[in-house]
Amino acid sequence: MNGIDPYAGERLKLTHFHPREEALNLRNAWGAWNGYKFANCYYDAEYEYFCIRNQCGTYDICPMQKYEISGRHAEAMLDRMVTRNIRKLGVNRVAYAVWCTDEGRLIDDGTIFRLAEDRYMLACGSPCIAWLRKSAYGFEDLLIEDVTESIAALSLQGPTSCAVLKKLGLAGVENLKPFDIAHFAFLGDTLMVSRTGFTGDLGYELWIRPELALEMWDALYAAGADYGIQPYGEMATNMARLEAGFIMPHMDFTEALKTVLFEHDQTPYELQLGWLVDLDKPHFSGKRALAEEHRRGPEWTLVKLDIEGNWPAEGSIIYDSERCRRDIGYVTSAMWSPAVKGNVALAMVRTRYLDGEIWAEIYKPRDLRPYRRMARCRISKRPFWSPPRARATPAGDY
Amino acid sequence: MSRYDAIVIGAGHNGLTNAAYLAKAGLKVVVVEKNDYIGGAAVSRELHEGWTYSNCSYVCSMMRQAIHRDLELSRHGLILVPYLGTVNFGNGDERLFSYHDDQAAYLELKRHSSHDADAMYRFRADLTRYSQLIRKTLMRTPPDPVGFRPRDIREFVWLAKKFWALGEKEIYEYVRFFTISAADFLADYFENDLIKGAMASPGIIGTALGVYSPGSAYILLHHVMGDVDGNIGAWGLARGGMGAISKSIASALQEFGGEIRTNAGVRKIRVRKGRANGVVLENGDELSSRIVVSNLDARRTFTRILDREDLPEGIYEKARNFKIRGSSGKVNIALSGLPKFTGLPDSRYINRGGQAFTGTLETMERAYDCWKRGRWSDDPFVESIIPSAWDPTVAPPGQHWMSNFVQYCPPQLADGPWTPEKRDAFGRTVVDKIERYSPGFRDLIVHMEVRTPHEIENEIGLTEGNIFQGELTIDQLFFNRPFPGYGQYRMPVRNLYMCGSSTHPGGGVSAVCGANAAREILMDLRRPNTVPEDDFHDE
Repeated sequence: MNGIDPYAGERLKLTHFHPREEALNLRNAWGAWNGYKFANCYYDAEYEYFCIRNQCGTYDICPMQKYEISGRHAEAMLDRMVTRNIRKLGVNRVAYAVWCTDEGRLIDDGTIFRLAEDRYMLACGSPCIAWLRKSAYGFEDLLIEDVTESIAALSLQGPTSCAVLKKLGLAGVENLKPFDIAHFAFLGDTLMVSRTGFTGDLGYELWIRPELALEMWDALYAAGADYGIQPYGEMATNMARLEAGFIMPHMDFTEALKTVLFEHDQTPYELQLGWLVDLDKPHFSGKRALAEEHRRGPEWTLVKLDIEGNWPAEGSIIYDSERCRRDIGYVTSAMWSPAVKGNVALAMVRTRYLDGEIWAEIYKPRDLRPYRRMARCRISKRPFWSPPRARATPAGDY
Repeated sequence: MSRYDAIVIGAGHNGLTNAAYLAKAGLKVVVVEKNDYIGGAAVSRELHEGWTYSNCSYVCSMMRQAIHRDLELSRHGLILVPYLGTVNFGNGDERLFSYHDDQAAYLELKRHSSHDADAMYRFRADLTRYSQLIRKTLMRTPPDPVGFRPRDIREFVWLAKKFWALGEKEIYEYVRFFTISAADFLADYFENDLIKGAMASPGIIGTALGVYSPGSAYILLHHVMGDVDGNIGAWGLARGGMGAISKSIASALQEFGGEIRTNAGVRKIRVRKGRANGVVLENGDELSSRIVVSNLDARRTFTRILDREDLPEGIYEKARNFKIRGSSGKVNIALSGLPKFTGLPDSRYINRGGQAFTGTLETMERAYDCWKRGRWSDDPFVESIIPSAWDPTVAPPGQHWMSNFVQYCPPQLADGPWTPEKRDAFGRTVVDKIERYSPGFRDLIVHMEVRTPHEIENEIGLTEGNIFQGELTIDQLFFNRPFPGYGQYRMPVRNLYMCGSSTHPGGGVSAVCGANAAREILMDLRRPNTVPEDDFHDE
C-alpha cells in the first residue's frame, strides 16, 4: 500500500466527531450527507428516536453547510435574499428562514444566526455558496465565507439536554429562550450554544473549534452518562422532525434550483411557511411572485394528516373519495408516530380539495404480498408533537 | 344524595377507561376509589423522597394503541418508551442477551445453540400467527355460545372465518396450544436449557402454575402478544411510571366531565328488585345511579360487596370458586447506583434492559414446588427491570430503582398468617438471590418496598394478590370469563356490569376490559358508541 490510498479521492470525508461516532456505530449503518460519512443509525433507530423524546441524544451537524456573512452590507444582503425580515433579528438570536427564486419557488431553508451587528452565520442542509454569491451582486462591503469545515457542530436534543449542559458546567444555560445564542468559556476556549434544533423538543446546538471537538464530545458524554445520552442518526431525526411538522428537503420539498419539471418545486405558501414571508419589507428575491400568490392563494398546500389505522402511508396517492374518483395529492413523508400513537403524514394536496374528504391509498406487504387499503385522513392543524417543555424558559431538567 | 348515570367502583386503569368512555358519551359518571390515590395496580408512588416506584405492574405492552390514540393519552401526558432486551441469568455463569437487532439476536442464540438459533425463526412465526388471531379478539365482546342472538351468531361466524383462514393444521395446533404446558410447547423448538428457561418464564408470570403445568403455554402467549408500536412481543415503560397511564386516562375522563372520588371505598352495591341502583360507601354515604360498574375482581365483587340474597342461585358459589390464586410478590428497591452483574460485558445497553433470573425449567419448577407447600420459593424466579436507566423522572440522576417481580409467593403460608417479619424475610430471599449475581448489590440499597400477596390484596384489593384478577386458564377465558354465561360484561344482577381484568380478555395493562364493557353498556343504554375498534384487525 505504501501508505497511499488509491481510492482516497472517492472516499467520503469524515466529520470532526467521527472517531467517537465510529466506535458507537455498532450496526455499521452509514449513509452520506454533503460528502461526509453520516450515520443512518448507531444502535437502533427506534431507540435513538426515544432518546430524543425521553432522555437526550446528539446529532452530528458538521455536514450541515455553514457560511459566515459579514460586513456593513451583510444585513441588507441577507434581507434581500430571504423572505423573512432579517433587520428585526437581534444580536445573539437565530431565525429560521427560507429563500426563493424570482418565481417565488423555494431554494432551501436554514437558520440565520446573528453573531454581531455586522456578522451572520447561515446554516443550511445543502451547499448554497453559488446562490449566496449571486445574491450578493451589488453589495460591496460584504464577505461570504464557507466555514463548514472550521466549525464542529453537534446538536443535543431531548428533555434532559438542558440538565446535561448544566452538568457540563454551562451556568445559566437554562435561561436561554428558544432561538437564543450564548457563549460560554469552555476548555480554555469559547463554546457557542444556541437553543435550536430539528426535533420539536427541548434542545440545543453546540458550536466549537474543530480542534476541541473530541474533547467536547467526551466531556458531554461524561456529563450525560446519567441522563441517557446517545448518538442518533438520520432515521431518528426524520421521525422526530416529522412529528414536529418540520419539512425535509428531497422529501417534503424539492429545491427549486434542482427541480426539472415546471412548478414541481414549491413556494413558501404551499409549504405553509407564509409566516416567514414579509411582503411589507423592501424588495427581496421572489417578492413579486409571492405577493401574487398570496393574493390568489397557493395551488397546493402541505398538510399534516392524521390517518386512520396503522399502515404507514409512505408514497401514497391522496384521493377525494374512498373510491378514488379524483387524485388530489400525494404523501411526502409518513410514519407511525410512537410518541402520539398516531399514523401521521405530511402530504401535498391541491388546495381547492382541502375541504372535502381526503383518502390515502396505502399498500403494505404481509409476507411479501402487498395488500391495499384506503384510509380516511383528517387534517391536523397543530404539529403532532409539541410539548410545553420545548418552549418553557427556564428549561426544565427532564 | 347525588344521582349519577353510572358509578364505577375502583379507579384502576380499566375502571378509569370505562368511565372515560361513558363520560365521552355524555353520561354523568363517578369513579369511586377506596385509596387516597388512583391507579389500582397501574400506580406510581413516591414512598422514599426522590424515587417513584411503579409499585405493582411495572412494564406494559398490552395497552391498546387504538385506546391510547382515541383518548389522546399522549396529549394527557402519557409516553410509552420501549426498552431494549432482557438478560437471562442461568444458574451458573451462562447469560443470554436479547437484542432488537435481528443479526445480533441470531448471533447471540447461536452462541448457545445453532439449533435453537435456527428454530427461533419458526418459533417467532408460529407465535406471531397465534398472537395475531388472539389479538383480533381483544377489543371484541366474546360471543355467547348458547346465546343464538344474531350478534352472537355473527361473531361466531367471524371467528370461524378467521380460524379457517389459518389453514387446517392450525386448528389442531390452537387446541393443543391452549391446553399444553409452556415446557411441552417449547420442547418442540428448543434444546438449550437456558434458552428454554428464558422463553418459558412468561408462561408462569402471575399464575399459580408451573412451567410443566398444562395451560401455561397460553399464558406465555398472553405475555408476548402485546406490542409497542407494532413490534409484537416488545415491552415498554410508561414515562413517569405505570401510574402515568392511570393519570392520563383520569385526565381524559375529567376532560369529558367525569368525576373521581378517592377515599371512597364501597361497602355494598345497592340492589332493589333485582336491579343495581347505587352504592353505599364505607363512610355510610349513598350514591344512586342507573347502572353500577365494578372494576373489582369477580370474587371480591360477588362475595364482598354484594349481598348473597341479591344474587341469583349459584353465583355466589361460582365467585367463591373463581380461580384467583396469588402466586407472586413484588420487591421495589431504591438504589444509590446502577448495580453491576457478573458475566455481563461493560456495555452501555445490556446492563440497562431487564434482568430475568430464570435459571432452567427445573429451577422454576422447584420454585413452584415451594408455593404448593405454602412457602415462598427459596430460589425464586425473579424478573427485574431498572426503569430509572430509561426514565429520567423516577429517580435522582445517577441513582436508580429496581423493580423485582418474584415467583412464587403464596397468599397463605403453611406456618400461619403473614407477619411483617415474614414479609421482610421474603424480601431478604429476593435480595440474596440478586446478590448472587451482583456482588455488592445489598450495599446499594437505599429503600425497599416488599409486597407479598397479602400486601397486594390489602392495599389495592386484588384477591389473593392475583395480578390478573383471576387466572388466565382456558376454563376462565373468552366467553367463560369470569363465569360461563356472563362473558359479555353484564352480570347476573340487572344494571350491574364488570369492567376489570376478571372479564375478557383478562389481565394486563391493556385498558381493553374497561373499553369493551363501556361499549356494551352504551349499547344497553341506547347511546351512540364512543369506543374505537382495534387498529389491528387486519394487521
